[in-house]
Amino acid sequence: MSENISPKTLFDKIWNNHVIDNIDENNSLLYIDLHLVHEVTSPQAFEGLRLTKRKVRQPDKTYAVPDHNVPTLNRNKIEDELSKKQLAALEKNTKDFNISYFPIGDVRQGIVHIIGPEQGLTQPGMTIVCGDSHTSTHGAFGALAFGIGTSEVEHVLATQTLMQKPAKNMRINLNGKMQIGITAKDLILGLIGKIGTAGGTGHVIEYSGDAIKNLSMEGRMTICNMSIEAGARAGLIAPDETTFNYINGRNFAPKKDWNEALKFWKSLPSDEGAKYDSEEILEVDKLEPQVTWGTSPQDVCSIKGEVPDPNSEKDLNKKQSIINSLNYMGLKPGTKMEDIKLDQVFIGSCTNSRIEDLRAAADIVKGKNVKTKAMVVPGSGLVRQQAEKEGLDKIFKEAGFEWRESGCSMCLAMNADKLKPGERCASTSNRNFEGRQGKGGRTHLVSPIMAAAAAISGHLTDVRQFI
Amino acid sequence: MEKFKKIIGIAAPFTRINVDTDLIIPAESLKTISRKGLGKDLFSYIRFNEDGSENKKFILNQPHYKSSQILVTGKNFGCGSSREHAVWALKDFGIKCLIGTEFADIFYNNCFKNGVLPIILKNNQIENIIKIISLAKTSELEIDLENQSIKTKTGKNIGFDILPYLKNNLLEGIDDISKTLEKKKLIDEFEIKIGKHYPWLNKKNG
Ligand code: SF4
Repeated sequence: MSENISPKTLFDKIWNNHVIDNIDENNSLLYIDLHLVHEVTSPQAFEGLRLTKRKVRQPDKTYAVPDHNVPTLNRNKIEDELSKKQLAALEKNTKDFNISYFPIGDVRQGIVHIIGPEQGLTQPGMTIVCGDSHTSTHGAFGALAFGIGTSEVEHVLATQTLMQKPAKNMRINLNGKMQIGITAKDLILGLIGKIGTAGGTGHVIEYSGDAIKNLSMEGRMTICNMSIEAGARAGLIAPDETTFNYINGRNFAPKKDWNEALKFWKSLPSDEGAKYDSEEILEVDKLEPQVTWGTSPQDVCSIKGEVPDPNSEKDLNKKQSIINSLNYMGLKPGTKMEDIKLDQVFIGSCTNSRIEDLRAAADIVKGKNVKTKAMVVPGSGLVRQQAEKEGLDKIFKEAGFEWRESGCSMCLAMNADKLKPGERCASTSNRNFEGRQGKGGRTHLVSPIMAAAAAISGHLTDVRQFI
Repeated sequence: MEKFKKIIGIAAPFTRINVDTDLIIPAESLKTISRKGLGKDLFSYIRFNEDGSENKKFILNQPHYKSSQILVTGKNFGCGSSREHAVWALKDFGIKCLIGTEFADIFYNNCFKNGVLPIILKNNQIENIIKIISLAKTSELEIDLENQSIKTKTGKNIGFDILPYLKNNLLEGIDDISKTLEKKKLIDEFEIKIGKHYPWLNKKNG
């Protein structure tokens, strides 16, 4: 809608399309097309609306789902009183404010960032927010999607807008051809290892290059999901045929307006010559399967690597941080990553619990037996249903995995699925922070096929030997 | 929201880098429907030992820093989850101001919604402040938002930058929502415009 003809980035275009008012150069009032809500970061926002007697401006653009607290076993009886209260609050709030809701027991229930795309709610060119940092996932569709705090959730509920400071544009080119056994998860972990967890602060990262072009939507979502782990406000990938094919026919996808929507979506990719504030390149040809050794996603190396030695780090803060990490993780410098024994394997989370992830993991475990405790938590009821239709549940169960109902589960350990202190887990989730999977728990982030290989080996291992 | 003008208080050095919001307030403590009462769980994984006793080594458990109102932080403080509970916990504990070289975006925003001031300084300035406040007798800082200055007990006066509208919001204790609702007419017009240009966005079930 802008008159200015200088070349624009995808981010600029979406931004300009949504500015209602430029308050000053650092502050714009932005229209929000889609607001996703879950039980943990919303109760105080609804309470705020009640106290001020405000309404939800656009209940039709707001969708709610319980995911963080939900049990993945025995869904009908929630043992934890506090969780029960929070889940009941969401149910009541959605009723009182007339918001669409996918309750436990509805096959559409799942992790909020899985169900948006799955339902066709997530579309190119939109602004999407949710009180959750991994809202960046939706950027895979060329939507500007970012996490917000609870006060902002209240602001969006009341006004369908948000005050925002424009982000800077960063482009990351992922060039080359991924080797067999390398997944989107390895790309993003490798990238975070390179630019660090603050590498993207203040920026929206647009991922491009042939490695991105060739990725499925699932893979693109994995990449954008972890943009926040690189510190970025959001991740973006230009919509293309892969995107359109994914959306076509989904529940909330445009139907009678499809052609019109498609025309608009095709106008979104960054213009030739558009300027970026910074650029990075990652050559993916030689990338090996990645695995984290520490307590930040940037503490990552190849599966063929070893635990680093803090003494070889000159920066004192960084050295201390390595010492702390190794201490917490119970690891010795120089230990080969492949020699690290595991207690558990977790396949799940909004990073890696889509059907493609489960198919790939099942392929590895087929006909084998797990040597650790292991569980699969599908990202949504529909993913679970599809997997069961394909017989993946049987493959997992026969190998000794637990096959659970959908939710965030051991990605953040708010429900009963937790590591015990000292337990070590290979996990397909996105954060290896201290205590993230349960107090004292130790997390190694990996791809779904690496998790599968770890489960049948009992230790971290290179999945390529099983392919 | 309560106004932020000036505070004089103890500043604690907590220089660990990449302090994530899970560390500030663990997921276990998020099962609340209130904004209040989270201070008791602030940094709980490192503030308390296995048996629930205080970890004496943790800075906020040291007698002198127990009543800190200011936290001087390491790089990339507040990274990770969007949970505003992290700011609610800091505030409930008594922390009203954070000073660091860099804060994660969402955390930074969340501070302003709760009357907490995050100040960004250069590395060498932070190192200087840390030296000063590490001594109990000079651990007090005066933070003056109006004049954008930090005064130390050793007589140093350090200026800081802050975006004017963020400064104003804190000084006035402004509630963003009422400010936005004043623009109702603009929002109404905008919605009519998107209805026309992007009709598919306004429909449930496509
Ligand atoms: S799966 Fe994990 S990262 Fe994703 S929304 Fe749930 S808790 Fe957050």
